[in-house]
Formats: sequence, structure tokens, C-alpha cells
Amino acid sequence: MPSPEMPPEKEINMKQLIVFIKKEFLQVFRDKQTLLMLFGLPIAQIVLFGFALSNEVKGSKIVITDYSKDAVTTRIIGKITASQYFTVEQSLQNADQLQAAFRKGTIKMAVVFPANFAEDLARTGKASVEIIADASDPNEGTTVANYMTQIINDYNLELDSIAGQPLQIVPDILNLYNPQLSGPPNFVPGVMALVLMLVCTMMTSVAIVKEKELGTMEILLVSPFKTLYIIIAKLTPNLLISIVNFFIIILLSSVFLDLQVKGSLLLLTFCSILFILTSLSIGLLLSIYSSTQQGAMMGALMGMMLPTMLLTGFLFPIDNMPLALQWLANIVPSRWYFIIVKNVMLKGLGFASIWKETLILLGMCVILFGISLQKFKIRLQ
Amino acid sequence: MKTLIFLLEKEFRQILRNRQTLGVLIIAPVIQLLLLPLAANYTVKNISIAVVDHDHSTFSRRLIPKITSSGYFTLTGYTNSYRQALTLVEEDKADLAFQIPANFERDLIRENSAKVYMAIDAIDGTKASLGGAYLNSILSDFNADIRVNQAPASTAADAPHIDIISSDWYNPFLNYNLYIVPAILVTLVTALAAMQSAFNIVQEKESGTIEQINVSPIKKYIFILGKLIPFMVLGILVFSLGLLVGWLVYGIVPAGNLLVLYSSLVVYLFAMLGLGLLIATYSATQMQAMSLSFFFINIFNLMSGVFTSVDSMPAWAQTLVETFPPSHFIKIMRMVVLKGSGFGDIAYHLAAMTVVGTLLNTWAVLNYKKTSS
Repeated sequence: MPSPEMPPEKEINMKQLIVFIKKEFLQVFRDKQTLLMLFGLPIAQIVLFGFALSNEVKGSKIVITDYSKDAVTTRIIGKITASQYFTVEQSLQNADQLQAAFRKGTIKMAVVFPANFAEDLARTGKASVEIIADASDPNEGTTVANYMTQIINDYNLELDSIAGQPLQIVPDILNLYNPQLSGPPNFVPGVMALVLMLVCTMMTSVAIVKEKELGTMEILLVSPFKTLYIIIAKLTPNLLISIVNFFIIILLSSVFLDLQVKGSLLLLTFCSILFILTSLSIGLLLSIYSSTQQGAMMGALMGMMLPTMLLTGFLFPIDNMPLALQWLANIVPSRWYFIIVKNVMLKGLGFASIWKETLILLGMCVILFGISLQKFKIRLQ
Repeated sequence: MKTLIFLLEKEFRQILRNRQTLGVLIIAPVIQLLLLPLAANYTVKNISIAVVDHDHSTFSRRLIPKITSSGYFTLTGYTNSYRQALTLVEEDKADLAFQIPANFERDLIRENSAKVYMAIDAIDGTKASLGGAYLNSILSDFNADIRVNQAPASTAADAPHIDIISSDWYNPFLNYNLYIVPAILVTLVTALAAMQSAFNIVQEKESGTIEQINVSPIKKYIFILGKLIPFMVLGILVFSLGLLVGWLVYGIVPAGNLLVLYSSLVVYLFAMLGLGLLIATYSATQMQAMSLSFFFINIFNLMSGVFTSVDSMPAWAQTLVETFPPSHFIKIMRMVVLKGSGFGDIAYHLAAMTVVGTLLNTWAVLNYKKTSS
């Protein structure tokens, strides 16, 4: 019989948990070098990518070979040079030089104006310009060819209006959310999702497997601590580090990349915490199946990095992928988080637009955590 | 020499003993090579479009099917107001809102000019600009059509017109696999070479076994060689496996010489193992090694031109990328596999990798102290 002065069991549990969390914090914050890396490196990446990355193709090096050198070709070349899409290299005259430049990879495209270009155009009303694209990168090749086609079509339109063509349809184009078509608006949410997810996963799995490797985990397991408490105590410092990271990223992108949170910061924070918890649970699960830190890290780096990168949707549109991969993308948490960040941060939408994604993240988090808890218990015996 | 052989034997045993690591090393690359190239398709199609037709005229009714049947666009909504169409864009259900204003046909015929409006979700810059370009070219086709029909007096043939003849070299069928498979293979080898070697050494630090080696008469460079050679061999194995998968699954046969490829691979692995060694000398725990490795791999993967173009980066970033060995090796792979380039063509990239590799290795060896742990 417990004496009446003894505090109730719940209170003891709470105390145990607090002591445990304290221990974990001490362990994490004692190691200043590691801490510096855990904070500094993810942030450095976001800033670097925000400034450097862009899906756009601009400044492609091209060669213009002009056999005609007349008023019309000079005008078109002027238009090409003025466009931000191209950097015109010195012109090469023969086919061999052209071939060599393509093989060396120094040029992406060649534009060839045949002799008597202006004359043909004036006399027969027709002239042809040849565009040769380096299609070894099909994306870049077609994009570059498209831009060139657009420039020449614009010139055609000018010819039309000079000739007084009737019935002009004039398109009026408006670019929403990202009028300059710059890189950061697309890449910041994507990289944020990628970096937060992988760092959380690796941090957690490594921390737990390290205790396994050193043998201290066994001491914990034979202690009267509840499994749930061990897990909560392990996850709390990582959760805190990730939340601080999240706020620094938001701050930096608004200061340096001119990307402010348009919607509710509170909502974004709430969803981010949910996402971080999901990622921590993946790390937990990974740690259960790994016996060495090396195994856990290789699993995370080799197994998760590229799929996360590709299936989040910020590099390649998911709608374009084969159906099987679209299903696979559905189980990648960062995919849903990416949508949430885009909607709340860039478009300034409210909860109504992201309730589905939030619910999915919540479901993933609960399921992953539940499985981890279950498996962790088995290890006890 | 004998010491080195013993060390190598020990290292290989340790690597081969750990089934989990070995599985990850062999299976993960194969699965990823099978799956990921399918995901990395950038051909912009299925641009979803919301249409608002305030005109309801013959022209507008003819124009809309032209857009939806082009193959680039799928119609996701046919709304009554521009605001509703924009809501579809906001909700990510449409990439593009297209509006034909009231009196479009009347204005076009009476005033010879009429406007149409499109609003594009430009968060993904490429999709936006390509979507706009496709729609524009459909519009100008349509424009030419109605001109011929409505105003035969002044047909399009009257105005001078420049034709475009375009050809796609090296990859005429625009097969994206040819381009992405070699690059994904490089990223897989990168993760293996640089990181695994770093973890391996730091693990010995953490478990204290490195001190035993430090007090032994083994020379510094022999110890380092003993660590690097196994991963060089593993790297070559994984690379060969990847080439095999590329050939069997994607039918990719390098257009160039295999000797050129493998010589470049050895230089590349030398550089990346140097980086791994350097990371190891700066890390006290595997957690630190992980943070540093992840930092570098992520930067390499996203900035070396695997998925995005290096040319479109700002000048300072391009200079930075010049110092990345993966960027050079990816270029070499693509040049040799797709264009059949030889040693002469890749000399610059090979030299760059050698210089960076020598620097990294020298730095690492200087920084590696046998005396302290």
C-alpha cells in the first residue's frame, strides 16, 4: 500500500520525463561543434540554393552563323542578342567547327542564316532559318529551341503588321505569383521541405542508433522508464532544433530572397511542426531497423535522398510522371508539405486550401509514430 | 606493402560482414536507377487550363477545341467568370486561366484586332513560360486559319514569312533517359564514395579503434590507402552495375570509349574519396560526418547540373560549380555516353578534377594527425 504522502503515479511519470528530457538536452547542447553543424549547414544550403538555383534556361551559349549579312539578318540577330535567354558566342563559319563546339559542350544551339536571306524574303516572300539544338539534354534543347522560335515568330508578326495583315489576335499574358519567373519562389519551399525532412530523419536515427552502438540503449531499456518516454525525450531536442531552423529559414528568405510569408505565419508554423514530427518519426523507424549508425545514414542518404528530391515535385512536375510513380510520390511527406508551403507562403491562402494536405500529414505522423512505438516495445524483450 | 595488404583484407572483411550496409550499397542504386529516370521527365505536357468564354461566338467555340486537342493542355474547368478560373489556379487545379472577353469576334472583325487574356501560375517558371509559349503558338495558328477563311482578299501569303527548320542533334528522339541516367548514376557513386569513406573512418574514431591503429607502427599513408582503396573498388563496382542496368533497362550504350569513361571514373573517385577523408578529419562523431556529408551531397546533387541547368545560375554560382568534381564528371559522362567525345574533348574537365582531387587529398592528409584522436 502506498502511503498517502506519496505523490500519485502520474506525477512521478511527469517528473521522470522531465528529467529525461533534461538529460537529452544536456547531451545535445554539450557538443557545440555538432550543434553548430546542425544549425549552420541546413541554413547555408537554403540560402545558397535560393540564390543560385533556377529551373529557367537563360544565358544559353549559342552560335550564329550568318552567310547573308544583310539588313534583315542583322535585325534578327540584334533581337536574339538582346534577349536574356541567349549569350551569343563568336560566330563559327564551317560545319566542322560547329561540330567540334557541340562535342566540347561549349554551345547549346546554332542558328544558321543561309546566303541571300533578305533577298529571298523580299522576292519570294519566304526564307528559312535553320536551328540546330544540342538535344543531349532534351529539356534544355527544346526550351532553347522554343525561345528562338518565339523570337523569330515575333519578327514574323512585325512583318505581318507592316504588311497590314487584318484580324490580329493579341494575347495579354499575366504571370501570377512570380511575375519575373525567378527561381526562389519555386525552389525555397521545395528545398525547405527536402532539407527539413532529411535532416530530421538522419538526426533522429543517428542519435538513437548511437546509443544502441555504444550499448547505453540497453541500460535505458532495462530501466523503469516507459518506452514512450524514452522516445519523447529523444525526439524533443531534435524537434526544438528543427523548429528554430524553420524560423531562421523563414527569416532569411524574407531578408535575402525577398520572399515573405503572405499567409498566416501561425498556420505555416503549425503545419511545419506537424511535418517535422512526421520526419522525426521516419527517423525513429529507420533507427529501429538499423544496427549501426553507418547503416542508418546510408539508408537515409542512399535510399531517401534522391527519391525525396525528385518526388517532392519542385524539380519535376508530378503530373507528368507515370502513374506508379505518382502513387509513390503520395507517400512522400515532403510532397504534401511542399504544397502547403506554396499555398500559405507564396499564395497567401488560408487553412481551407490546405486542410487535405494537413490531414494527410497528420495521418502519416500518427501511423509512423504508432508503428515505431510498437516495434520499439518488441525490442525491449 | 605487406601491411597494406593486411589492412585491405581487414577493411574488405568489415565491409562485407555488414549485410545491411552492403544491401543498401548495391540494392539502393539499382532500384533508384530503375525508378528515378521515369520521374525526371521535364517535357511539359498536361498543362491544366481553365477556360472562361464570355463571347460564345463561332470563333471562341472553334478556338477552345484547338487548344484542348493540341496535346499540351487538358481542360480542367469551364467557368462562368474570370474570378472562378483564378480560384481554380489558386487551388492548384489549373496552371493557367484563359479568358476570351465578350465581343471578341465582333472586335476582331470590326476593328481588326482583339485581345485574349491568360493568367499563368508562374511559381514554376519553366512551366509558365513554356505554357505561355505553347498557347501563343496555338493562337497564331488559329489566327492564320481565320485569316484565310475570313479575309481571302489579303491572304497570309502576301506577307513575307520566315520559316524555321529545326533539328535536334545527339538525341533526335528527345529521349530523356539518355540524359538523366548517366547523371543519376554519378550522384549514386558520389554518395557512396565520399560519404561511406568518411563514415568508415569516423566510426573508428568514435569506437576508439583508431587509437589502436595510431599506436601501431602502421604508416599514415598506408592507413589512408587501406581506407580509400576498398571504396575505390566498391565505387567502380557500383558504377559498372549502373552501366549494366542502363544498358539492360534503358538500352543505353555509351557512344564513346569505355576506357575514357573508366579513366575519368578513377580520377573522379580519387577526388571524392579525398573529400570523404577531409570530412573525416574534421568530424569527431558520425553525427558530424553525417551533417557535413549531407551538406555536400545535397549541394552537389542540386547544383552540378543533374536536374537544372548550370548556365542559368548567376556568375558567382557558376564559378563555384567549377570547383565541384561531380559537375565535371557529369559533363564527361554525358559527353562520352551521348556524343562519343574522346580524351581531347574532355581534357579540361579531367584536368579540373585532378587539380581539385589533389588539393582535397593533400589538405586531408595534412590535417590527419596520427597522434591525436
